[in-house]
Amino acid sequence: MHPAQSFQFEQAALKNYLLDHAYDEMFSGPGNLHPHYEPLLEHFAALPSDELQRRKQAADLSFLNQGITFTVYGREEGTEKIFPYDLIPRIVTAAEWATVEHGLTQRITALNLFLKDIYNEGRILDDGIVPREVVYSCRHYRRQMAGLQVPRNVYIAVCGTDLIRLENGEFVVLEDNLRVPSGVSYMLTNRRVMKRIFPQLFRSYNVRPIEQYTQLLLGTLRSLAPEGRPEPNIVLLSPGVFNSAYFEHAYLARQMGIELVEGRDLVTHDNVVYMRTTNGLRRVDVIYRRVDDDFIDPLAFRGDSILGVAGLFNAYRAGNVTLANAFGTGVADDKALYAYVPDIIRYYLSEEPVLKNVETFLLTRPKERQHVLQNLDKLVVKAVGESGGYGMLIGPQSTKAQQDEFARKIEADPRNYIAQPTISFSRAPCLIGDELEPRHVDLRPYVLYGDKVTIVPGGLTRVALNRGSLVVNSSQGGGSKDTWVLSQ
Amino acid sequence: MLSRVADSLYWMSRYLERAEHTTRLLDVNLNLMLDEGPTSAERRWQRVLQALGRPKDIEWAGDPYALTQSLIFETGNKASILSCIISARENSRHVREQISTEQWHRLNSLYLQVTGPEMQNHRQGALVSGMAQPTEFLQSVMEAVHQFQGVTDSTMNHGEGWQFIQVGRYIERASATALLLEAYHVDLWEHPERIAEGNEYLDWMGLLRSATAFEAYCKVYTADLTPDRIFEFLLLDEEFPHSVRFSIDSLQCALEKIQGDSGKYRAEALRRLGGRLQASLNYSSVDEILNQDVVGYLKSIQAQCRSIHETIYELYVDYSIQAALAG
Repeated sequence: MHPAQSFQFEQAALKNYLLDHAYDEMFSGPGNLHPHYEPLLEHFAALPSDELQRRKQAADLSFLNQGITFTVYGREEGTEKIFPYDLIPRIVTAAEWATVEHGLTQRITALNLFLKDIYNEGRILDDGIVPREVVYSCRHYRRQMAGLQVPRNVYIAVCGTDLIRLENGEFVVLEDNLRVPSGVSYMLTNRRVMKRIFPQLFRSYNVRPIEQYTQLLLGTLRSLAPEGRPEPNIVLLSPGVFNSAYFEHAYLARQMGIELVEGRDLVTHDNVVYMRTTNGLRRVDVIYRRVDDDFIDPLAFRGDSILGVAGLFNAYRAGNVTLANAFGTGVADDKALYAYVPDIIRYYLSEEPVLKNVETFLLTRPKERQHVLQNLDKLVVKAVGESGGYGMLIGPQSTKAQQDEFARKIEADPRNYIAQPTISFSRAPCLIGDELEPRHVDLRPYVLYGDKVTIVPGGLTRVALNRGSLVVNSSQGGGSKDTWVLSQ
Repeated sequence: MLSRVADSLYWMSRYLERAEHTTRLLDVNLNLMLDEGPTSAERRWQRVLQALGRPKDIEWAGDPYALTQSLIFETGNKASILSCIISARENSRHVREQISTEQWHRLNSLYLQVTGPEMQNHRQGALVSGMAQPTEFLQSVMEAVHQFQGVTDSTMNHGEGWQFIQVGRYIERASATALLLEAYHVDLWEHPERIAEGNEYLDWMGLLRSATAFEAYCKVYTADLTPDRIFEFLLLDEEFPHSVRFSIDSLQCALEKIQGDSGKYRAEALRRLGGRLQASLNYSSVDEILNQDVVGYLKSIQAQCRSIHETIYELYVDYSIQAALAG
């Protein structure tokens, strides 16, 4: 490891800046800045440290007062936390972004075709590209969706794909989030705060705007309205104020100018969905739902759900209401299916994937399972249906007892787990106290799919704020920072 | 507008109005008790409790500061100022996308202030031990609520949602003022012929100040306080914003706007209820009312407020789906 000490600016602030084999977003080597980080470092070096702290406090206060918080489950008081936020923006060059945009467009197009296929003809299964048992054994496969036509054949209207960078700087896909991806409000509010706190720096960088996201989302939802509903009534369905992403639901509804509804606001009658207003019942045409499949309709799915709307699925089936995303999209972001996505892209588009996958071992294959069980201390093991950083084993950071526990779990239910090499994803500079230190980051761009695929240039850069940590989830000590995609 | 949203805005507003009223009542009485002997303390604080509708589980136990402590900070008690602010904020959180960012900031800051670490001392009983003075705290709560009302009026669309906020505020205010008059009734007419002096004068001034009415009263009637005029002013004044009549006029005005907005022909029952109460306040003279059963009259105002509340619910929030589909 080499401290980046030969760099001339503010050496004191960089004395803990370690470089090793992981890709660094700011330095290409000891003392060598990537050119697009130069103005940024200069700007920060010129700021007195107390001024920097003052701005940081101003940003924190702004988040707290705006109520930009998430809910931590399982504690009574003080359950609202601000999402930790780092002041140093993460910069993505125009060329890097072009690859990401191309790759994501390709990927979501193929995954959407895949969903249409498996819920209808099942060609890809007949052709043996993806084994039937992988699809049918998936917890998020919904047999109720078989044969059902969805508007414009769009299953995935909104997706947030997690990207990481390998040691050579190449972007690869870590995870597809095709059910109810969250975090886009942090992307938008991070930007707003950054523009207020560092106006000059922002201006000097020619950053591409992202503020149009909500309007694009609204356009996407409108384009998916059932036929014959030219002025669709679009609503956002939230599980309610106790959901960890409630702030985001309220934020998006407000920015789009649509009603934020909860299950108890909706009723169905004769396969039509209505919302309860002070002026009586009003028909609902498109539901941007932020409630999981399982909870959305107690008649069709989990009967113990109180968040859902009884009869919603039948109304959907009758074509009287559109849900975005459709039911059953979770089958395509199952972690075991993930291993097949490159083949899925080749199968439907006859193209090579632009964005690669992380190497993945399927534990249902005896040889791979054997390999994984022997190398549990080096690999990352993930439960296939989980998200949010739960149900994971990070080999190099685990104890023998944890490894043994996972070995037992894998033997008992190999379909439920996958394994990947421990990847040191890239690190970006963060303000830790008074100093810049590198922390691992990922990138979640948000992809919209209505009459076409649209991606706003940017995304949520999540940061593992604890030194050495690889877990970026907000529920596990992660934070975020603004992402600047440059226009040239 | 979603029924649930109307419900939340209504309660947000009611809870804040209630918090403000309780705050002012405590502030006034803590101040007045400095001028009196210990003998009448019990009577004063019993009256405060009565004016607050005898909140459950709170009893006078001889110490004004202990009572104040529980009326402000006891979160186990739904009527405490802290509970009211938490409930108001919780309701506003449910409709975060309906209110303006400025409103949310104001209310959220108040919430953070009263639940924050600086209040830890207070919550652990610093009032009782004399380690802290409540005045500053009470003042800051009143100011915050006033600011919230100002921000509400100047940043929120004066559409249906705003009207429900008005309904919540004025229905709460009308019943609170009626209840306040009821609580003071015995003391006001103990010696109806006498011009008040000394402590009694202070006491009546306290009643007016409990409704922010002292200065406004003086402008109309000068500083001579008589029971009849106080009663008339707090009950029937047309222009004073805390009088029962003003509250009911404002309530009725907001309800008519809502009926207009949602094109309600089925609002007949509500229109009748509100109109009857409004007419009684607009066309009665104070002598007429004083010649009948005054307490009964005040109680009937509160009962009518309750029926208006229930009718609003049946009409806009909790209606049956079958009826709505048929209509």
